[in-house]
Formats: sequence, structure tokens, C-alpha cells
Amino acid sequence: MIAFHNVTKKYGDTRVLEDINFKAAPGEFLTVVGRSGAGKSTIIKLLIGEEKPQRGRVVFGPYEVNKLKPSELPELRRKIGIVFQDFKLLPTKTAYENVAFALEVEGRSDEEIGELVPQMLDLVGLYDKQGCFPHELSGGMKQRVAIARAMVHHPSVIVADEPTGNLDHDNAHEIVNLLLKINELGTTVILATHNQDIIKRVGRRTIKIENGKITE
Amino acid sequence: MATTLVRIIKFGFQNFSRNALLSATTVAILVLALLVFNGLLTFGVIANSAVGSLQEKIDVSVYFKTGVAEDKIFELERALEKLAEVKDVEYVSQEKALAVFKEQHDGDAVIVQALDELQSNPLLASLNIKAKDPNQYPTIAGYLEAANLSEIIEKITYAQNKVAIDRLASIVNTVRTAGVAVALFLALMAVMVTFNTIRLAIYANREELSVMRLVGASNRFINGPYIVTGVIYGIFAGIVGGLIAAPLIILASPHVTVFIPELSLSAYLAASVPQFLIYQFAFGIGLGAISAAVAVRRYLKI
Repeated sequence: MIAFHNVTKKYGDTRVLEDINFKAAPGEFLTVVGRSGAGKSTIIKLLIGEEKPQRGRVVFGPYEVNKLKPSELPELRRKIGIVFQDFKLLPTKTAYENVAFALEVEGRSDEEIGELVPQMLDLVGLYDKQGCFPHELSGGMKQRVAIARAMVHHPSVIVADEPTGNLDHDNAHEIVNLLLKINELGTTVILATHNQDIIKRVGRRTIKIENGKITE
Repeated sequence: MATTLVRIIKFGFQNFSRNALLSATTVAILVLALLVFNGLLTFGVIANSAVGSLQEKIDVSVYFKTGVAEDKIFELERALEKLAEVKDVEYVSQEKALAVFKEQHDGDAVIVQALDELQSNPLLASLNIKAKDPNQYPTIAGYLEAANLSEIIEKITYAQNKVAIDRLASIVNTVRTAGVAVALFLALMAVMVTFNTIRLAIYANREELSVMRLVGASNRFINGPYIVTGVIYGIFAGIVGGLIAAPLIILASPHVTVFIPELSLSAYLAASVPQFLIYQFAFGIGLGAISAAVAVRRYLKI
């Protein structure tokens, strides 16, 4: 359902990705491995249409992402749940409101939001923390709120870019376990990381990126 | 759809209220521009009334040489009345002219004495001609300047009056042009201030905007609140501007009536309330919304 065909991406004269080819099947848990600056985040940006490749095609389900118009990107992004290293939670909104925000922008009614958000927070084990603001939550909890927000649209794929980068060992494993649980429910997961411990813990198919190329 | 619209409006109000000081400053600049715009409109009303009033008073006066028989004057009067351009012709005999002159200078002892010492009536008989349209005076003047009338006509006063009217119209046009320039300048300032305020709001909300893009908010949902904020600036400016302009116009009204008795600004304002309100809000909202739309297009990358 996700495929990169001969994708090359440059920023100015700097070639960040070169002739990238890979696929991810529905329901798969794929780990993208590489050190910082290898091009992992660029792959994610290309997948969600934030960047366009100079060459090649990025395919997500029926969408050829690199050919989508800006007005078509919101629909794509509702089908992809994204989790970042820095959580990207809104500091002036509670955990509930942060998750609800994803449904508000979609135009869901207050009743629907009232039903779905507690379910999502329960899924990530934070039902009791709905009224807490991000500064009142630990790093692990913040990332779980971010995952709940990513999941609330019931996307077919979750993309996580270094989701454990700011977390300690125990919280990092909690997050990985949560992602594995989400994958077991049928959601495709693409995890970008350079953490060898996480890679071993996940133990699924990996692709290794070095200097913008897939080496394994 | 309605839910999304309500949320867009709600976020727009949030933008407005979160930056209260900046919003107040932006509204103040818009109010200034609006007041100049109102001043321009009011000046237009006064100027049109003044020029119209003067044009109404103007006429072409034909003075006849001393000794011209009244028959010939009446003959010319009838000929003039037949002209399509002529609205009215009034004959003022020498005797009537003298009587009017004496009445006008009744308190002036020197003039009264001078008149008494004169053996004859120094004033001339005349025809005062009013045109249906002030633009038709040249045609009437042209008719009177025909060669066969020069033996009975002493002088025609149209040219002198025309100079005064043209000068007044020129002054009015100059002031009006200057007023438009000032209004445009202030409107441009108001647009730039509003533009900058929206730009700052976009910058202040960059985190929220990035999350909005992340979770798949539509362009309308991202842009909409800023346009709403611009419209809110315009609405507030319209209200405040109207509350300042209306009393000022009413205060100025009696002073204007001294110079132009036919014009009551208060009455004009009372009769034009719907138009006044439309101008206020159209101008304010127009400036606010346009500024916001330009800022969003420039600084909000979807």
C-alpha cells in the first residue's frame, strides 16, 4: 500500500535521498533504520506530501502523493497518523482537547468527538489523564497522547519519526509496545529510528538508509 | 459544514482576543482611515451643495444701453423665452433697478446722498436669464453676443460669474482630490497594519498551524480564522468609526448651515442612515478582510 519508486530528493545541490525503492504491505510493521541525517525524516515528509521528490513516485494506496495538489493533501493526511519525536502537542490544550483537535479540523460533531476521544485515550492508557495539560504529563504520556491523536482518525497507517528520541528507556519501550499493539489491530506502522535497542525489540522487517541510499 | 464554520469563527475570535493590544491598535488605525473616508463623503455632500447652490443663483444678466426702447427689450425677452435652454427671464426696468439699489444701500448715507445729487438714473435696465442647466449658459451667452444685438446691449455679465463658479469648482475639486489622496494613504496604512497584525498572529500560532496541517485540516479551516479576524477588525472599526463620525457630523451641521442655508447635515445624515451604515461596515470589513487574505496568502504555507 505504500511504495517508493526510484525516489530522489535534493535540497539545493545536496542529494538527501537517491534512487529509493521500497514497499510496505498493508498491516506490516516496517522499521526504517539509519543514523541522524541519513534521510529517514525526509522519507516521512515525502510520504505525507510535505516535500516533493525531484524524481520518482511516492504511492500511498490510491494516491500518487507527489502529484497531489495542495488542496488534496489534507485528505491524505487524515489517512496517515503521524507521531514525532517532539510530540507536537499544543501546550494550551488538555490531553482531551489535543486529541479532539484532530477531529474538530475534520468537521466532526461535538457528540462524535465526545465518544471517540475517550476511547482513544483509553486505548493508550490515559483515560484518567484527559484533563491534564502537556506540562503535567511525563514524556511517555505526552507521546501516548500524540499517538492517540494520530489514531483518532482510524488511519490505515501510522508513521512514527523517532518517537522514542526524547524518552528514557522504560518509556521508550512502552511506546514501542503500544505501536506493536496498534499494529496487531491491523494498522500498518512505519517506524523511523536509529535506536538499535528498539530495532531489536521490534524484530520486524527493516530497511537501512545510509547517505540517502538503501543499503539493506 | 455548519459545525466547521462555527469552529472557524470561534478560532477567529480567539485570534482577536488572544492579542488584545495588537487588535486594539489595528482597529484604531482602521477607525482613522474610516474617519477620513467619512470626512471625504461629508465634504462631498457639502461641496456638491455649495456648488449647486451657487449655480442655482447664477444667471446671465443682460444690461441695455440707456435710451433703448422697452419694446425692443420685450422683443428680446420673448425671443429668449423661446430658447430651449432658457428656464426663466426676468425684466428689471431702470426704475426697479434703482429702487432695489436704494433698498440694499439704505443705511449707507454716502450712496444715498450721491444718488440724490445725480440728476438721472445711472442704473441700466436688464434681463436676468436663468438656464435650465448651468452648462447651457455658454449657448445663451453666444446667442446674446450676436451682432444684431450689440446696438442695444451694453454688457453681459455671464463671463464674470462663470469665472467665480469655475474657481469655486476648481477649489472644490482640488480639495476633494487631496482628500481622496489622504484617504487612500490612510487606507493603505490601515491595510499594512492589519496585514502585519495577521502576520504576527500567524507567527504566534505557528505551532498550532503546524499541528493543523499534520492532522489534515483543510485549507479553509487553516485560512478561515485569520480572515474572520480581519473581518472582526473591520466590524469593530465600523462601529467605533460610526460612533465617532455621527456626533461630529451633527455638531458640524449648524456651522455648515450658516454658509449653506439649504443644507442640513443632520437631516442629511438622518435620511441616509442605511447608506451611512453600509459605507462604514463595507469600508471597515473590506479593508480588514482584504488585508487578512493577502497576509494569509503570503505567509501561510499550506
